[in-house]
Amino acid sequence: MAEIPRSDLSVAEEILGGYPAEEPALIQILQDVHRAYNYLPCDVLERVAEALDVPLAKVFSVSTFYKSFSLEPQGDTIVKVCTGTACHIRGAGLLVEELERQLGVGPGETTEDLSFTIKTVNCVGACAMAPVMIVADKYWGSAKPTRVKKYLAKGGDDEN
Amino acid sequence: MRIESKDRFETLRAQARESNASRMQQVLVCCGTGCLAWGSKKVAEAFASEIAKRSVDATVDLFVKSTGCHGFCERGPLVALQPSGILYTKVKPNRVEEIVETTLIGGEVIQNLLYKEPVSGERIAQYDEIPFYKNQVRVAMRNIGRIDPTSILDAIAEGAYSGLARALFEMTPDEVLDEVEISGQRGRGGAGFATARKWRSCKAAPGDRRFVLCNGDEGDPGAFKDRSIMEGDPHSVIEGIIIGAYALGAHEGWIYVRDEYPLAVVNLGIAIAEARKYGLLGQNIMGSGFDFDIKISRGGGAFVCGESSALMRSLEGKTGEPRAKYVHSTEKGLFDLPTVLNNVETWAGIGAIIDRGGEWFASMGTERSKGTKAFSLVGKVKNTGLIELPMGTTLRHIIYDIGGGILNDRPFKAVQTGGPSGGCVPAELLDLPVDFEELTKAGSMMGSGGMIVMDDRTCMVDVSRFFLAFLEEESCGKCTPCREGLHQMVQIYDRLIAGDGVEGDIELIERLAAGMQLGSLCELGKSAPNPVLSTLRYFRSEYEAHIRDKACPAGICRELTAYEIIEEGCDGCHVCFKACPVDAIEGVVKELHIIHQDACISCGACFDVCPTNTIRTFPKIELKKAEVV
Repeated sequence: MAEIPRSDLSVAEEILGGYPAEEPALIQILQDVHRAYNYLPCDVLERVAEALDVPLAKVFSVSTFYKSFSLEPQGDTIVKVCTGTACHIRGAGLLVEELERQLGVGPGETTEDLSFTIKTVNCVGACAMAPVMIVADKYWGSAKPTRVKKYLAKGGDDEN
Repeated sequence: MRIESKDRFETLRAQARESNASRMQQVLVCCGTGCLAWGSKKVAEAFASEIAKRSVDATVDLFVKSTGCHGFCERGPLVALQPSGILYTKVKPNRVEEIVETTLIGGEVIQNLLYKEPVSGERIAQYDEIPFYKNQVRVAMRNIGRIDPTSILDAIAEGAYSGLARALFEMTPDEVLDEVEISGQRGRGGAGFATARKWRSCKAAPGDRRFVLCNGDEGDPGAFKDRSIMEGDPHSVIEGIIIGAYALGAHEGWIYVRDEYPLAVVNLGIAIAEARKYGLLGQNIMGSGFDFDIKISRGGGAFVCGESSALMRSLEGKTGEPRAKYVHSTEKGLFDLPTVLNNVETWAGIGAIIDRGGEWFASMGTERSKGTKAFSLVGKVKNTGLIELPMGTTLRHIIYDIGGGILNDRPFKAVQTGGPSGGCVPAELLDLPVDFEELTKAGSMMGSGGMIVMDDRTCMVDVSRFFLAFLEEESCGKCTPCREGLHQMVQIYDRLIAGDGVEGDIELIERLAAGMQLGSLCELGKSAPNPVLSTLRYFRSEYEAHIRDKACPAGICRELTAYEIIEEGCDGCHVCFKACPVDAIEGVVKELHIIHQDACISCGACFDVCPTNTIRTFPKIELKKAEVV
């Protein structure tokens, strides 16, 4: 079995230092950890559990309950397709299919080179511009399947 | 800088008003999530630099302000000019120089940037004259689009914290409660529980420590009013919470915001920091002796956390699993202490109610649903965006007068309200006055104000499956009726849309639905069958077509639908050819195109782009019949 590389825990220590060492801070800490490491590495979770004096099983349960957490490394660019009701009836499904064709992976999956992760999200609240696709932090409104390639190539560039 | 008395607050407000009034002209650039996506940040920057460039010989004092959502998101980026009241839509940075030159300095209107009325084709210059805005009455959204959400002085100039000043210095906590009761305001988060009753029951609970919470976990797909309020006028929310805390004698509050709303978190954070700086949060607020502070908590992305008890568990750092309803959170809520949880829009209305009086609020709306309500009008409607109207406004008025009618003038089929807990209201109920009671009677509910308009190209079986699949994913899994019921329902619907439905399926769905309503622990499961039951009530024949005829009347379900190009009418524009993801369309420019049925995946991409409407759908089963013959 390949050895699992250890994470750099100093970042986690810095995050933990910013919160009181008690259970109510758990979700906020995990959010910061996720932002810093781009996912929730197991050894970091162990450290968080120890620091907050919360059973590891509980930390794991919270980590798997909330959708914004991933236990797998994420791609450098997160591509989100909103699949809320307004986007659904305006063709969000076609965007997801086109993404699958372009990137070769499905929703919730990451390309092998760790460049992209595709996610479907239940409504980002930008329903008036449905369907919406978000590449990194850039929102693309009235998104069209024929332009998916362009959205991916442009990434965070601002021009619509 | 700290406001230490009521007088000091009033002086500050007067100064802020004067400084706003002394500006001759203002440019308001919408910077809500919608307009930002269209590139409004660059537009605001272009205005700032263009105006700075001309400062030497400028004849007018210009001021660029990034505001919250103007609501008319589809037409973004939106730029409103004050005091002229002109609204420019779809403004790109390269038009900014022209706007400054022609309109701000020259005083002339640029015709092709104005909103074009879809029916008459007329261009409308004035913000207030556009039907989308003209018909609205804004209470919770009173300052959105008018103020810079990151400037507390701007908010104060427009009346923010005036209600708080009145509450703290002119009213006792009980008088505040009475005023809210007179307003008749009911919770804007969905269930419509009377605000004053909730507050009273919390206040009556024993104990000295109690909490006020704000539910900003707007999870209903198709609803985004809370996002716009938190982004565009966070001070209205903060003011309402402080007033509530004063009425209840609470000293700690939380705002729980969805993880999917990053801009709301940023703007709320700035607003809270500014309010602290000005002595509107923290110790001895405005010198009144009242202490209160607010923290922001970001959600983890779980729909069920919009449910009150789940939200409180999540705030405690736990998994967001609801508990049984007989334990009232007003008595045992967060950390098992008395807690009031209200929706963002509810809190945003409180300041106005205290400032202008409960009777003013109660003078709007219907008998049992008072005041105004914010809706997000989306889906297959021409003008999509955020609106606020008196309760009791008819669906027809909303969809046709404000929404401008159905996209591409297709027939109206239904409007979905209340998110996954709501239902679909059909065309025959277009004259339904929208309030809590009427929507419930029609088999739907108010929910958080999402209105998703659907045309004849929307399959009700597919829409119901969509909500079931959504809830199956979001169910916390704690109780069996919800977890298993949803799973089984989705499997039945998968059969229906694949053409494998059998006689008895509808009855099976109804039995399952009844079991879930009866046995589920929280409202997520109890209300999960609503979309199913409402579509069965109004669109049963569509279900029957899927089962008996193996046909999808709306032409959406892929396994049941085939597409073909109508020979007469196709002008060979080649647009469908480019849109087809699987190269199933053959044809050269200016000649008739054809769809190869063996390659077609029935995705409908060609149908959506065809400019001449010469692609039609027909039941796939006819293809099989033809093969047999």
